[in-house]
Amino acid sequence: MVSFYGTQVASRFMLGTALYPSPSIMADAFRQSGAGIATVSVRREAGGGTAGGDFWTLIKDLGVKVLPNTAGCYSVKEAVTTAQMAREIFGTPWIKLEVIGHSDTLQPDPFGLVEAARILTDEGFQVFPYTTEDVVLADRLLEVGCEVLMPWGAPIGTGLGLTNPYGLRTLRAQFPDVPLVVDAGLGLPSQAAQAMEMGYDAVLLNTAVAKAGDPARMAQGFARAIEAGRLAFEADPMEPRDMAAPSTPVIGKAFLG
Amino acid sequence: MKIIVNGVETDLDAPNLADALEALGYGGAAVATALNEAFVPSALRATTPLSNGDRLEIVAPKQGG
Repeated sequence: MVSFYGTQVASRFMLGTALYPSPSIMADAFRQSGAGIATVSVRREAGGGTAGGDFWTLIKDLGVKVLPNTAGCYSVKEAVTTAQMAREIFGTPWIKLEVIGHSDTLQPDPFGLVEAARILTDEGFQVFPYTTEDVVLADRLLEVGCEVLMPWGAPIGTGLGLTNPYGLRTLRAQFPDVPLVVDAGLGLPSQAAQAMEMGYDAVLLNTAVAKAGDPARMAQGFARAIEAGRLAFEADPMEPRDMAAPSTPVIGKAFLG
Repeated sequence: MKIIVNGVETDLDAPNLADALEALGYGGAAVATALNEAFVPSALRATTPLSNGDRLEIVAPKQGG
């Protein structure tokens, strides 16, 4: 079990709801993933449209917790207002806070992120900041009230995996008691397993499943990898070494020439 | 009066935000609103007056990552 802001969640797999070929394929992917948390957003809807309501009904039927995001926000004001609107619509204090600072990499704006996190925490939100692996930034986010951190593995939608394993290991080591989620940039289950083996508490991804040829099957692949990686972490892996060490006993080997 | 609704100039005859949503066909829909870039909670819509040139954003649940 992993716990975010005192809420226990059975699965360590957090899955996005965007980019699927159809709503039914998305629902299938969720069922196969076993994910306990779904990320969602708020967007403009044409006059009188019911698409948003239909989507919301579908999500509610999946029986998962929702984590609304502030995706696409480049300023503190925009992110805060989006969060306020999302809280009202989805009825949750949880917010995946994105304050983007660079359009090509979608890298978080660290300064805006801390400021928005401070404002939202003061307003009673439970903030899940989409951040980098920077330990100083992590410290600042914790200081303003964040109780979970979500560093990127790689830029959103790239599928490059963990581009800075050293940084992610350092972050994990510096904050052993803070729930840490690798969010974004994963493309393959093996990359999710790598994050979990490092001791990350969960992973959040979307594109890797939604854009796979068979999203439901890929969701299942990720689910197993996440579980495998977590088991490995809990099992306390062996230390690697440079020189070979025979696993089969040497003593008692027959002399055959 | 002219209200900019989700970026589109719209002729609207509604004294307040609640009436505007009704007139625009959002009655009962799961939407949230911001007026001139400031969030307006649903409980305050009926007492939030509209003025010519106001910018109204109406958002609904959507897919997200």
